[in-house]
Amino acid sequence: MKDFSRTLSGSSLSGFARSRAWLARLHIDLILLLLLMLQCGVGLLILYSGSGKEMGMVIRQFVHMCIGMTVLFTIAQCPPRLFQMVAPWAYSVAVFLLMCVLLFGTIAKGAQRWLDLPGLPRFQPSEIVKLVLPLTIAWFMSKRPVPPRITDLMIAAVMILVPTALILKQPDLGTSLLICASGVLVLFFSGMSWRLIFTLIAIVAACAPLLWFFVMHDYQKQRVLTFLNPESDPLGTGWNIIQSKTAIGSGGVDGKGYLQGTQSQLEFLPESHTDFIIAVLAEELGLIGVCLLLVLYAAIILRCLILSSRAETLFGRLLAGSLSATFFIYVFVNIGMVSGILPVVGVPLPLVSYGGTSVVSLLSAFGLIMSMSTHKKR
Amino acid sequence: MNAHSEESSTYSIPRWRFIVVLVALGLLLGAILVRLIMLHTIDQPFLFEEGEKRVVRAQLETARRGMITDRFGNPLAVSTPVVDIGLHPAQVDLARIPEIARILGQPADAMVRTVREAAAKGRGFIYLDRQVEPDLAKAIAELGIDGIQLQEGFRRFYPAAEVASHVVGIVNIDGQGQEGLELAYDKYLTGKDGKRTVVKDRYGHIVKQVSVDSVAEPGRDITLTIDLRLQYLAYRELMAAVQTHHARSGSAVILDARTSEILAMVNQGAYNPNNRANFVASNMRNRAVADVIEPGSTVKPFTVAAALESGLFQPTTLVDTNPGWVRVRNKTIRDHRNYGVLDLTGIITKSSNVGSRFLAKTIGPQALWKMFSDAGMGQPSGLGFPGESVGVLPFPEQLDELRLATASYGYSIAMSPLQLAQAYTSFTQQGCRKPAYLVAEARREEPCHPVMSEKVARQVLDMMETVTSNVGTASRARVMGYRVGGKTGTAHRVGDHGYEESSYTAVFAGVAPITNPDLVMVVVIDDPQGKEYYGGEVSAPVFGRIMEQALRLRQVPPDNVGKNGLQIAGGAQ
Repeated sequence: MKDFSRTLSGSSLSGFARSRAWLARLHIDLILLLLLMLQCGVGLLILYSGSGKEMGMVIRQFVHMCIGMTVLFTIAQCPPRLFQMVAPWAYSVAVFLLMCVLLFGTIAKGAQRWLDLPGLPRFQPSEIVKLVLPLTIAWFMSKRPVPPRITDLMIAAVMILVPTALILKQPDLGTSLLICASGVLVLFFSGMSWRLIFTLIAIVAACAPLLWFFVMHDYQKQRVLTFLNPESDPLGTGWNIIQSKTAIGSGGVDGKGYLQGTQSQLEFLPESHTDFIIAVLAEELGLIGVCLLLVLYAAIILRCLILSSRAETLFGRLLAGSLSATFFIYVFVNIGMVSGILPVVGVPLPLVSYGGTSVVSLLSAFGLIMSMSTHKKR
Repeated sequence: MNAHSEESSTYSIPRWRFIVVLVALGLLLGAILVRLIMLHTIDQPFLFEEGEKRVVRAQLETARRGMITDRFGNPLAVSTPVVDIGLHPAQVDLARIPEIARILGQPADAMVRTVREAAAKGRGFIYLDRQVEPDLAKAIAELGIDGIQLQEGFRRFYPAAEVASHVVGIVNIDGQGQEGLELAYDKYLTGKDGKRTVVKDRYGHIVKQVSVDSVAEPGRDITLTIDLRLQYLAYRELMAAVQTHHARSGSAVILDARTSEILAMVNQGAYNPNNRANFVASNMRNRAVADVIEPGSTVKPFTVAAALESGLFQPTTLVDTNPGWVRVRNKTIRDHRNYGVLDLTGIITKSSNVGSRFLAKTIGPQALWKMFSDAGMGQPSGLGFPGESVGVLPFPEQLDELRLATASYGYSIAMSPLQLAQAYTSFTQQGCRKPAYLVAEARREEPCHPVMSEKVARQVLDMMETVTSNVGTASRARVMGYRVGGKTGTAHRVGDHGYEESSYTAVFAGVAPITNPDLVMVVVIDDPQGKEYYGGEVSAPVFGRIMEQALRLRQVPPDNVGKNGLQIAGGAQ
């Protein structure tokens, strides 16, 4: 990893190195920042096409990104110690907000995910939890002896399961699983034993049928069934996936050209500006375009993992590692569901899909990673 | 288990844990890459085609159907642009349906219900209204409601309505000929629809045009020989007569005496082709062509002509019809009363059945059949009209003594009113008959069909003038200022059990003016009720009224101008 980063910096211009050093004093990693800005730019371009050339939406998304960048910058200035202090409180507030959602949340598209607080824009508390949960678990595990004891792991498991269950109740299966995964990743990085890992996997596998019969909603079961055989319900829940596969595949290797995709531009592709936006890219820019996007994502994740390995505290390493891996899981789950190898669970494509809370929380996560890696211990 | 045992703050995540995560991430990345590559390459042709199926559509551009006009270019059938309003039930906002209903003037709740039901059944497309005025369609388009589809087309409009309904016929809502000339000339009138390949979005809006495969070619117009003025006139008089006599139906045909062009062809009952709701099959028959009647005494001129052609008779040859009846086999043939000794002219004037039978018996079945057949009886007219009947003319070998006798005065043979009128043109065209025709574009230059010598034609024409004299059977067919000739006919209607005792078909066939014939007309009134039922009483007055106005409209010079100005009558004798 270090070799990699050295190669990068070594081959760069002296001007680049100078600004890099200058930014490092501001706790900003220039390489990651540039990659993120590039990703945001690409995201806006795809969104312009995916929204049906709706400039207003692109501008709103740009505003979201600016807000996100500001938050990133702010968070990066804060020392990891601050987050360690804030973590338990943030966790309590987040769980409280999730309960509020269940009690007074706004219902949209059949799910109760949004919260309308006076004086604040409407937002999804589950997006905050995406940050807060790994933060809290990292805080908790970093205070425990290593390797973690079973009791500590049990407590951590409960801390993971409470918000997971609350989000599952909204219902939002995709987000709850992703949040759960982000917590579990922290536990994995903190050094939980393989025996435990395999035991957990076995338990989860055993619980899966229970999940099916007692926890999952009909529409979620339907999605899984549709995933297994989308053609069984081509006009209902299978429609999305058939349309997205058609859009992706019809692009071919080199695509139909930017703004030339028939499926996405003519509104045959559902949710073309949010969850299924990758299909727009795939149709218009083809396999080449998708691969370039994946390379960009891979570069971001790689840089994040390098940064997390540079963190000086265990807390920082755990948090940054978990956040980086979670970011990748978002990418994987989204592309997986759009291309039909995963059930449709409603996960947006990071930094490309339209959505304010998502963009801000993702960029905040990168702010955390930068904070963890650039602040010196004490 | 982890080998590290440093205190927690200095614990570093072992490199292999990172590697495990990286490998896992790499595998996942590999999985989606493989999936994407498969979709983009192996599945690409299939998926591309699937995509094209969703967006590429053949757009038909309806071609305008040809116009049907009368001989002076007055429109009888025209296509006006209209728009069909359809929608995709699943894509339409139900809350906006009432706005459409208001524009179309339909009850809003009923329309909402229709759309909701169609959406519930999963119907992809329904029509809200068809053949809507372009203005209304434009107003609906301006509402900007998603899922509405407007299809431009044409509606057939018939300006002459009932008057020309039987000749022109009708088309169905899709513009295909169903009756009359609309059916007969459907291919000719129908244009070639244009076809364009276009890309449509999910709501049916055309996004772009890929290619123009063919340009719409409008159908060709046809011009009829019909004179709309005469058509109106004939229609009015026929309708009045049918109503006055409470008749079952009626027909009138007017031919140009020189060219056999059909100038008017009307029927009762009629229908308004612009009002689809009131269609009754029996009113839609073009009886002048499709129905056969027994012509009765109106064929006697041909019997006389055959007699004259045989050389055995002269117009002045005397025939004894005493005692006013004759027994043939076991049937009695009667005259109206005993006319005593008549010359050939007298047989026509008085319409003597006994005299006709004598002529037919003398010349024989072969000569009579040849005359009738040459006059077009039992022959297709060549008009090509749908449902046209050929009529019935027994072959000579079938004409035994009784049938020969009855055929000579128009029983046991049958023909359409048009065939009868066409036969009469034999007299006005110097014995050489031209086929009747209706469509100017379909006129064939055919040699005329010889029926009788010019001399005989003239002789019979003069004889027929006596029918409208004071002593003839049709004095009510007379027209002031013109010499009019013709022949009445009264046949028992044929019912389910043979001839009906008190049910008649009243016929009059005539020509005017006699000096230089301009028009041939046949009037048939079927089953007149009341005291009057003879051809001379029911049909001849209709003939007279139509002919009087028709000759004036055609500016035919009067041929009966005496010293004291115009005279009524045709007293040649």
